[in-house]
Amino acid sequence: MASVSVTGTSSRGLRRPSSLTGFWSWFTTVDHKKIGIMYGVSAFVFFIVGGLEALLIRTQLAQPDGTLLNADQYNQIFTMHGITMIFLFVMPMSAAFFNYLLPLMLGARDVAFPRLNAYSFWVFLLGGLFLYSSPFLGGAPNGGWFGYAPNSTTDPSIGMTFYALGLLITGIASAAGAVNLAITIINMRAPGMSLFRMPVFVWMGLVVQFLLVFALPIITVGLFELLFDRRWGTHFFDPTAGGDPILWQHLFWLFGHPEVYILILPAFGIISEIIPVFARKPLFGYQFMVFSGIAIGFIGFGVWAHHMFAAGLGPVANTAFGVSTAIIAIPTGVKIFNWMATLHGGDLRFTSPMLYAIGAVTMFVIGGLSGVTHAVVPSDYQQTDTYYVVAHFHYVIFGGSVFAFFGAFHYWWPKVFARQLSETLGKVAFWILLIGFNLTFGPMHILGLSGMIRREYTYPESLGLTFWNQIATLGAFLIALSVLTFMVNVLRTHIRKQPLASEDPWDARTLEWMTPCPPPVYNFEEIPQVHSLDEFWHRKYVEDEKTGTLVPAQAGAAPEHDDDHTEAGHGIHLPSPSYWPLVSAVGLPVIAYGVLYSWWLVAAGALVVLVGFMGWAVEPSVAED
Amino acid sequence: MRKKVLWGVGLAALALLLAACAPEATQSTLKPVGEPAIEQKRLFIAVVWIAAAVFVIVEGGILFLVIHYRHRKGRERMPKQTHGNTRLEIGWTIAPALVLAVVMVPTISMIWDLARPPSPGALNITVQGYQWWWGFQYSDADMTVGSGEQRPIEIADVMVVPTGREIYLSLEAEGGGAKNTDGTPDFQVIHSFWVPELFGKQDVVPGRTNHITFQVDEAGTYTGQCAEFCGLQHGRMKLRVVALDPDDWELWVVNQQQGPALVSDPLAKQGEEIFMNPLSGGRGACTACHAVGDVGAAAAPNLSHFNEPTHECFAGCNWETSDVDALKAWLRDPDAVKMGAKMPNYQLSDDEIDALVAYLYSLT
Repeated sequence: MASVSVTGTSSRGLRRPSSLTGFWSWFTTVDHKKIGIMYGVSAFVFFIVGGLEALLIRTQLAQPDGTLLNADQYNQIFTMHGITMIFLFVMPMSAAFFNYLLPLMLGARDVAFPRLNAYSFWVFLLGGLFLYSSPFLGGAPNGGWFGYAPNSTTDPSIGMTFYALGLLITGIASAAGAVNLAITIINMRAPGMSLFRMPVFVWMGLVVQFLLVFALPIITVGLFELLFDRRWGTHFFDPTAGGDPILWQHLFWLFGHPEVYILILPAFGIISEIIPVFARKPLFGYQFMVFSGIAIGFIGFGVWAHHMFAAGLGPVANTAFGVSTAIIAIPTGVKIFNWMATLHGGDLRFTSPMLYAIGAVTMFVIGGLSGVTHAVVPSDYQQTDTYYVVAHFHYVIFGGSVFAFFGAFHYWWPKVFARQLSETLGKVAFWILLIGFNLTFGPMHILGLSGMIRREYTYPESLGLTFWNQIATLGAFLIALSVLTFMVNVLRTHIRKQPLASEDPWDARTLEWMTPCPPPVYNFEEIPQVHSLDEFWHRKYVEDEKTGTLVPAQAGAAPEHDDDHTEAGHGIHLPSPSYWPLVSAVGLPVIAYGVLYSWWLVAAGALVVLVGFMGWAVEPSVAED
Repeated sequence: MRKKVLWGVGLAALALLLAACAPEATQSTLKPVGEPAIEQKRLFIAVVWIAAAVFVIVEGGILFLVIHYRHRKGRERMPKQTHGNTRLEIGWTIAPALVLAVVMVPTISMIWDLARPPSPGALNITVQGYQWWWGFQYSDADMTVGSGEQRPIEIADVMVVPTGREIYLSLEAEGGGAKNTDGTPDFQVIHSFWVPELFGKQDVVPGRTNHITFQVDEAGTYTGQCAEFCGLQHGRMKLRVVALDPDDWELWVVNQQQGPALVSDPLAKQGEEIFMNPLSGGRGACTACHAVGDVGAAAAPNLSHFNEPTHECFAGCNWETSDVDALKAWLRDPDAVKMGAKMPNYQLSDDEIDALVAYLYSLT
C-alpha cells in the first residue's frame, strides 16, 4: 500500500514516536486495542457525568415545586444529559467494543486504517470536551438533544451554538470510524471467514457502520443550517422569511431514528455473543438473526416521522409512518424469539455476563411493547412528549444497550485486562441495577399517562404526580449504587492483581479467545484459518452432525494456540505510532471556538488540521527500521 | 432468583394498571371526559391488553426457560446443539405481523376519523401559543366585542367553551406579532396544545395551522399544558379549559361582548389611571403590551375580564387569580416569580401595586 518513497520524518526535526508502552504511548498509539480501551474509559467517564446530571434531574423532580435547580439550569442539565448519554456514552462505548473486538473476532491484526482509527477517537474526545467547555463559556446547550428549531435558533444563550458545533465534531469522529470499521469487516477477514461465518456481533457492527454512514450526513446538513441560522442570520427554519421549522424535524429524525438502532444494534450483537456461550449451544437461527438485523437497519430509515405524529403532517403521513413503525417490530420480535430458542434446551450458567444479557432481553421487551403503542397514532397524540415516552426509550436504551454493556464488561474484562471481575459483586450490582432501573423508569409510564410532560423543570402538587416521582428518584439512586458497586468491583480487581485462572474462562466460541489475555499488539501470531461459524468452539469440540451432541476434540486434532508468546511476534510489521492523528484532531475544536469567537482562530485551527493531514499523508504507515 | 426479574417486571405492569385508578392524578389521559380523549383511551387500553398478553407470553417464556434449563450443580451435560428451525422462525415472523395488522386496523381508521372536518355548527377558536402562555380568540362572526369597530373576543390562560357543542381549534404560533419590550419580535417557537382529559396534543408550529376538534359534555375545569419544549419556562406554560353549560355559556358570552366593567371603587379607579397611562418616570406603560377593552396592545394577555369567575389563573396559568399575594408578587417582579418572563419589572411602588390589584379585581 504505502510504497511511496518518503524521507524519514526525522529529517524534519520531529522524530516519529516509537514506544508502544508507557504513558505517552497512549497519545500516539494506533493499536485498535489501546484505542478501544481509551474509547471505553472516556465513554465511561461521560456516563458518570451524564448519570450525575440524571441524579440532579431526579432530585429536582422528587418534590413538587422543586427548587434545587431553576428553569435555566434544569434546561441545560436535561439537554446535556441527553447529549452526553447518546453521543458521548452509548455511541463511543459501542465504538469501544467494536474497536477492540472486531479485528480479534475477524482474525485480523488491526483495523483497515489504524491512524484514522486514532483520529476518530481523538476527535470524539475533543468534541466531547468542547461540548463540556460550554458551561464555563456562557452556558451549556439548553434546547434539548433534539434541538427543535426555531427555539434552538432563537434562544439567546450561546448553548445551542455549542450544540451544533460539538455534534458536528463528534459526527466527524463517528463518520471516520464507521468507514474504517465497515472496510475492516469487509476486507480484513481471516482466510475462511466468509460473511456468514462472522459472529453476529460483527454483523451488527457492520449494519451499524452503514447506518452511521448514511444517517450522519443528514444531521450534518441540519446542524450546519442550525449553525448558520444562529451565527450568520440565515433563515432555514424561520417561517417569516420562507423557512420551515418542520424541515429541522425531518432532518433531525431522519438521522435520529436510525440513531436509535445505532444505539441498540451493538447491544443485540453483544447479547447474541453472550447467550450462546453460557447456554453452551449455538445461537438459534443465525441467518435469521443476521437478516433481521439488516432488516431493522433498512426499515429504521423509514420510520422517522413517528416522532412527529403531533406535528400536523396529515393523515396520509401518519398512517404510513404508523404502519412502518409497526413493521419494524417484526424483525425485532424475531430476535427476541431466537434468543429464547437459544436458551431452550441449554445448560444455562448464570454468570454476571449472562444475567446482564438476559436482563437486557427482558427489559428491552418492555421497551419494545411500549414502542408498539407509539405506532398507534391516535393514542400517541396523548402519549407523545410525556414521561411515557421517557419511560419507553429508557427501557430500550438503558434496559437494552446499557444492560448489554455491563454484560460485555464482565464478559470481555478477562480478555482485555487479564483480570476477572468479581462474580459476586457483579451479581449484586446486577440485581440492584434491575430493581433500581425498574423503580426509576416503570413509574414513568404512569406519570406520562397521568399527564406529566417531558422536559418540565417542576410540577405543582395539584397534578397528583408526587408519589411516582419520588419512587422514580429512589430508583435513580439505586442505579447509582449499582454503578458504584461496579466501579468498586473494577478497583478491587485491579488492586488485587489476581492472575487469570484460564485464558478461556467462559469456554467461549469466537476467535478473540484464541489469543492470549490480553492479546499481544499483533493479535494473532499466525492468522487463523477459519472453517466454521464459532471457529474456536469447533476447535475445542466436535459436533456429531446426526445427534447434535458434542464431544471434546482430541488433543492435537485441533491447533492449540501458542502459550509461549514472549518470543513470538518478530517479523510482523504493524503500523507504527503517529502524532498526526492527534494533531489533526486538535485543529477541529480550535476551528469551532473560532466560529464562536474569531476568524483568526478558525484560520489557526484550519492550519493545524492542514499540517496534521499533510504530515499524516507523507508519513509511511510503518516506520522504516 | 429469576423470580425477582418477574417481580421488577410485574411491578411495572401492576403499576400501569394502578395508574388507571390512581385517584389523585388530576390531568390524566386515563380519566378522559371529552371526545376524542375517550376514544383515544379506549384504543390505547385495547392495545395495552394485546401488549400485556405478549408481555406475559414472552417474559413468562423467558422465566420458564431460565428456570427449567438452569445449570444444576453436579450435573455435567452438553446440551443438544440445535442451530435453528426455519419453519419455527418463519412462524414467529408471521405471528407478530398478524397481531400488528390487527392493531393497525382501528389505528388507521381513527387517524382518519380525527382528521375529518368539523361539523357546521362547531365553535371556532384560534389558539395562540406565546412564550409562555396561551391566548384564545373566538373567531366566529357572532363572538365579537368593541365599542366601535368589532373584534374577536380575546382571552388568555383559560379557554372557555360550551358543553355539548363541537369545538374546532386552529392552532397558531404566530404570537400575534408580539414584541418584547425592547422592540425585538417575540420568539415564535413551536408549542403543543394539550388537555389530556379532552384531547390528545397537536403541535403549534410557526408558519402553519394545525387543528383539533373536540367536544366535552360535562361542565367543569380541565387542566392542560404546553407539551413541546418551547424554551425557558416550558414547564410553566399551562392552561385550563372551563366548560360551561349552555345557559352559563350564554351569560359568559354576553359579559364578554359588553366589554370591561365600569370602574367605580376609588382605589380601582386610581389603578385604572396607572394602567391606562404611561408610568411616571418613563418606566413604560402597561398598555404597551396588555389591553383592556378598546385600549392597549395584543402582545400580552388581554386583561379585559381579569377577574371574571372563569379566569381562574394568570401568568401562564400558574397562579390563582384569587391569590392576592401571588398577584402582588408578580407585579412587583415578574422575573423573580417566573424566571425569564417577558413582562419587565416596572419598579412599581406598593401603592401602585395595591391600586393595580384593585383595578384588576374590578374587571369582572
